[in-house]
Amino acid sequence: MTSAAGAQPAPRPSVLSGFLPIIKGLVLATIGFVIGASIVAAIRVSTGAEPWDVEQCVTGGFILAVPGWLFGVGMWKTWGREWVGLPTRHVATDWRRYLTFCEDHKVIGLQYLAAFVLLLLVAGAGAMLMRLQLMSPNNTLLTADQYNRTMSFHGIAMVAVAVAAILGSFGNYMVPIMIGAKDMAFPRLNALTFWLIPVVIVSLLATQLLGGWDSGWTAYAPLSVRNAAGQVLFNLAIIVFGLTSILGGLNFIVTIIFMRAPGMTWGRLPIFVWSVFAASWIALFFTQFFAASLTMVLMDRLVGTSFFQTGGAPLLYEHMFWFYSHPAVYIFVLPGFGIALEVLAHMSRKPLFAYRWAVAAFIGIVGLSGIVWAHHMFVSGMPNALLGPFLVTTELISIPTGLIFLSALGTIWMGKLWLQTSMLFALGFVFNFLIGGVTGIFLADVPTDVSLHDTYFVVAHFHYTIIGGTIFGLFAGFYYWWPKMTGRMLSETLGKIHFWIMFIFFNLTFLPMFYVGMNGMNRRIFIYREDLAPYNMFISVCAFILGSSFLFFIVNVLRSLLWKKTKRAPANPWHARTLEWLISSPPPVENFATTPIVVGSPYGYGTGGRPHAVMGIAGAADEEAGA
Amino acid sequence: MTATAITLEAGATPVEHHEAAVHHEEHDRAGMNRLGLLLFMASETMLFLAMAAARFYLAGTTKGEVNIGLGLVMTAILLVSSWLAYGAVRAISHGNRRGFVLRIALAILMGLLFLSGVAIEWTTAPFSVSEPYGTAFYAMTGLHVFHMLQGLLGLVLLLWLGIRGHFGPGDHWGATATVRYWTFVDVMWLVIVFPVLYLL
Repeated sequence: MTSAAGAQPAPRPSVLSGFLPIIKGLVLATIGFVIGASIVAAIRVSTGAEPWDVEQCVTGGFILAVPGWLFGVGMWKTWGREWVGLPTRHVATDWRRYLTFCEDHKVIGLQYLAAFVLLLLVAGAGAMLMRLQLMSPNNTLLTADQYNRTMSFHGIAMVAVAVAAILGSFGNYMVPIMIGAKDMAFPRLNALTFWLIPVVIVSLLATQLLGGWDSGWTAYAPLSVRNAAGQVLFNLAIIVFGLTSILGGLNFIVTIIFMRAPGMTWGRLPIFVWSVFAASWIALFFTQFFAASLTMVLMDRLVGTSFFQTGGAPLLYEHMFWFYSHPAVYIFVLPGFGIALEVLAHMSRKPLFAYRWAVAAFIGIVGLSGIVWAHHMFVSGMPNALLGPFLVTTELISIPTGLIFLSALGTIWMGKLWLQTSMLFALGFVFNFLIGGVTGIFLADVPTDVSLHDTYFVVAHFHYTIIGGTIFGLFAGFYYWWPKMTGRMLSETLGKIHFWIMFIFFNLTFLPMFYVGMNGMNRRIFIYREDLAPYNMFISVCAFILGSSFLFFIVNVLRSLLWKKTKRAPANPWHARTLEWLISSPPPVENFATTPIVVGSPYGYGTGGRPHAVMGIAGAADEEAGA
Repeated sequence: MTATAITLEAGATPVEHHEAAVHHEEHDRAGMNRLGLLLFMASETMLFLAMAAARFYLAGTTKGEVNIGLGLVMTAILLVSSWLAYGAVRAISHGNRRGFVLRIALAILMGLLFLSGVAIEWTTAPFSVSEPYGTAFYAMTGLHVFHMLQGLLGLVLLLWLGIRGHFGPGDHWGATATVRYWTFVDVMWLVIVFPVLYLL
């Protein structure tokens, strides 16, 4: 491997030049939008209609704005030129690569991490606004419409975080390193999936200019066919988001199948890689059904079909939607499981308990995820004959999730626990997910679900699995891998304060929600029965403290990045065995100077056996560089 | 690249010869490309299956008055188009650049003929877009046309690259992939859209 260290330092690039790709992207997106909208307007005129129709013109504009944006931010330079037979060009290699279409999986991982941590904070602020409204039963802070729009934005933004925060950041950054590869299988496709994310986020924010949308993240028809024009932009944005999810999943699958280092057999794959592999299959196959249902809503609104209007079947939307969106919760939570098991094993200094059973459980969840969707629809009016079967399949899911849970418990059993912040979050995950899982049984059982459906019980259950599971997993991964990704340590003190406030007040916020739900407080309402006021006041105050715990997180991250005296991370601060800890922090370009050779289990702690991997012979890599 | 693999295996001998020997340092790029495209097609198939499911959910097995003759002609045109496109890939793999360009051009022409067939069907169909079968019909054919347009864009780029002599016998994965995608879109018509809308 040759090093660029010997070259003379180039003149410091101006800040403006770093933002040039994004400015170009915005300009080309605007041009694309105007052209697309004009084409639609011209077609409308040719059929004798008024030229301007918000929904149709915005759709036409959106379709051309997306490639405009992508080409502008650098896709044309690095990829598109090839399609017309021109030589491609390279992007900058200094800090400016973070602001352009860069193919390096580590850059993309950090881009995802930054984008989704920001989105998490923005959507969290939406939750704070909702809790502010719900502090008193007849609060006039928000109108019903404003509340619904806030709730809808909070919902979909957090779903986006849950789908892509772990997979996009730690998946992209760590999976290639953990399997001993230099990059993902399709690096340019990988960059494409990230640069569609700003489109999604900006579109979701821009919906508010078109009247927002008030149909929640589920966007049930027929409401979504009849509400404000913001719904159209929402549907377009989420179809694009689905595309990134599919392409990302495809990329992970091919990478993990083809690019494992010598000796990295399926039985030696770190459990996090397995969880990403399992979640990728769900993303690949089921996401299209959400895209299909959103497309049907769009067609109803734009070209006059009648999927969900008079003569149509609104229940079709629910079936289509949940056929994706139930499997989607396993896209949320499988990578969370993966991180938790990974951290638990390394921080307990013990082999991962029942590794093979945990892997089998992942595969079992992928298999079962496709046959449980209608448990969201027990009170929707679907045929009664479907109730029993879906009750049974749903409860079957608790077998594989129980296996994963036992794997977690068996791993920490008699272990020598090293209670670093990442470990605390992983243990928090185990605790929260137990409550989330057990309360799920009441929603899977038809008799109890009929009473609990659409109450705060569902809200509490869902947040226990997704915050308690995915978001705690996200932070476990964050505190675990941040030193590797940036080369800088985080403050353990601030991290532990963050954890304890978040853990305690997360539970104090959501446990009472089970109670108010059982007492008849419906979800998605902005005013409620007066006798529930004290509980809601308590929930709101706890929610604000929960929200404030993120201040410690933000300070910790900024301190780590900006403070000159931050401790630099050694190559292996946690004395862990997996491949990412065998290389420097942060890892060099292309990760490995020589190809690693995997010779043992990633979790062989205390067994006196072989290491997980050894570095290959230097000559091999040199020769490859010349090839 | 073979040299690298051999070097690596030789170097690895003291540690784990048998393990290093079953893997190769150079990844199977062609295999990765093939699997990636295949997975994308599998995912797209789900979209068409979703629309087919919606068709039965909305309209049962009732069928509008579609022009079955026109449908058969359009199907035949698509098959010829795929056959031509595959012929083009065969031609370029034998180094026949003229044959490649000619066949791609004809495949594009067939694609355009198919699209005019859809246009005729859309303007002459006796059912409206807002009745259940009409909803399914216009949505499925519209979705298929959307994929056809993407495929046609790809074929036009192939034509342009072919004229510029971009592809050679050993270097035409771009052409192979585009043609496979084009065939995939044809297969979606043949296996899902056409039977579900015309034949039932």
